[in-house]
Amino acid sequence: MILVFAEQNNGNFKKATFEAIHYASKIAQSAGTQVCAVVLGEAANLSLLGNYGAQKVIHITDARLNNLEAKAYSKAISNIATQENAQYIIFSNNNTSKAVAPRVAARLKAGLVVGATSLPNAEGVVKKSVFAGKAFAFVKMNSAVKVISLTPNSFGIEATEATAEVISQSIDFAANDFAVKVENVNKVTGIVPLGEAELVVSGGRGLKGPENWGILENLATELGATLACSRPVADSHWRPHHEHVGQTGGTIRPNLYIAVGISGAIQHLAGVNSSKTIVVINKDAEAPFFKAADYGVLGDAFEIVPRLTEAFKKYKASHA
Amino acid sequence: MKILVCITKAPDTTTKVAFSDNDTKLNEAGIQWIINPYDEWYSLVRALELKEAGVASAVHMITVGKADAEPVIRKALALGGDEAVRIDADSNDSFFVATQIANYAKTNGYDLVLTGKESIDYHNASTGAMVAELLDLPYITHATKLDISGGVATVNREIEGGEETNSCALPLVVSCQKGMAEARIPNMRGIMAARTKPLNVVAASADEALTSIISYEMPIQKQGVKMIDENNMDELVKLLHEEAKVI
Ligand SMILES: Cc1cc2nc3c(=O)[nH]c(=O)nc-3n(C[C@H](O)[C@H](O)[C@H](O)COP(=O)(O)OP(=O)(O)OC[C@H]3O[C@@H](n4cnc5c(N)ncnc54)[C@H](O)[C@@H]3O)c2cc1C
Repeated sequence: MILVFAEQNNGNFKKATFEAIHYASKIAQSAGTQVCAVVLGEAANLSLLGNYGAQKVIHITDARLNNLEAKAYSKAISNIATQENAQYIIFSNNNTSKAVAPRVAARLKAGLVVGATSLPNAEGVVKKSVFAGKAFAFVKMNSAVKVISLTPNSFGIEATEATAEVISQSIDFAANDFAVKVENVNKVTGIVPLGEAELVVSGGRGLKGPENWGILENLATELGATLACSRPVADSHWRPHHEHVGQTGGTIRPNLYIAVGISGAIQHLAGVNSSKTIVVINKDAEAPFFKAADYGVLGDAFEIVPRLTEAFKKYKASHA
Repeated sequence: MKILVCITKAPDTTTKVAFSDNDTKLNEAGIQWIINPYDEWYSLVRALELKEAGVASAVHMITVGKADAEPVIRKALALGGDEAVRIDADSNDSFFVATQIANYAKTNGYDLVLTGKESIDYHNASTGAMVAELLDLPYITHATKLDISGGVATVNREIEGGEETNSCALPLVVSCQKGMAEARIPNMRGIMAARTKPLNVVAASADEALTSIISYEMPIQKQGVKMIDENNMDELVKLLHEEAKVI
């Protein structure tokens, strides 16, 4: 069996979760086995996870699992992995899986690869990005059970009409499996989290001040993109810290990264250089970012960004 | 309250990486090693602050590495802390490293184990979680704030799409990131003091590595940038649609 952790968020699923299920289904195909998705906490319509390639869904409905508790999540997933005789356990690489996947791996003495960007080959070797995107490594998992945490947006999604069989199950938790108490949750709703965004519009110090972010917001809204920023922008509190990308911030891999007024320092590139397509808008022809870009526009962002927004609007109208 | 801070060395970000032996080994010539920034700026400095505030009684550091990790751990000692231990082994597999740290922590008894949110070489972000599992302790990742009072930790952490405030009784393992503390620079007194602080070298236990790196590959170079006239954004949109196929 190929097990995949299907993370729910207030009962909903993210695109990256569907991608992980689809990835699991490809492994199952070559291994001649099936996919079982594990859902922890309250959620509905789980048979639809079959659309992405799961034949079976095991649902632990325990409401204590609605919020992440690394210890309890790891116990639940490990127990089901053993029960289902899982060869692989698949996660989508994000803040939740980083708390859980290594615990599951340690519990099962399973080799773990975090941030895989390819399917495993027959020897259990997968590719992952290392040294802040400067290279790839091929890593072999030497154990019978293998755990892979997949980089979001690295594999793609295919959907069918198939549905999955849903089985509810309970886990024997100990009291100390829920030692961490959630006192307060503050979730940003309505926008795609940066780590999973396919389209990102990012601003740097070239925008001069927080009052000028309107042009980027308009562009992002027009595109359905998520906003990001360079470190000095977050450090100066022009933008919230969770938007900061780069070596000390988030690492992202969108299909499109539009960098506006960002010079392209190596520490910034570390977080974004795996993006599929990079557009750089900068008034300095010598800005290092142009060397890492696919498309460049030389000029004043304050004039170019509104023009670009208009061009997208026109494009959308003609493709509607 | 005793704190154990996990430290690893990492190549400075501006280092060019290169490989040898048919792309199976990292070429270490020319690499400038630094303390992994998340370990240094966030977990170590926060541990030092807790000691300065009288909350922690001792700050110990641990690294799993060969002798070439010593300059980095000495630099960490120059920032503060009481003593350090180096487990004498290569740190190639997260499970192996976590097992070494967990064994040491078990024998020496710590109330709080801190790690950085990830190392900037292999980005596995796994050591803290594995140590927690091996010690059967709760674990909080991506912490941006950590306070301790009456044996209970209050932690702000970044979750998928937002922030959470957690509380948890010690002992506990926490991974730290930006927001936790401000970077410090070692001063002369710290550097002098670090020379005489205990740095014990301990043999590694014989544990298995569950993963191994087979080879490396450099990314495909970009084709070169295509410059678009600033007055022709329709052209850019067309290229993004037809050529790059990203919209
Ligand atoms: C250890 C370490 C870690 C770091 N981590 C990170 C990190 O995670 N993320 C990060 O981003 N940085 C990081 N940095 C900082 C990094 O080195 C750069 O200083 C930073 O990325 C620069 O931000 P910027 O490009 O926004 O600003 P600047 O370098 O000031 O660049 C501004 C750019 O805007 C352009 N510009 C100005 N006006 C206009 C205009 N009207 N129209 C168009 N373009 C204009 C300029 O030509 C310039 O290229 C780190 C540094 C260190 C030492």
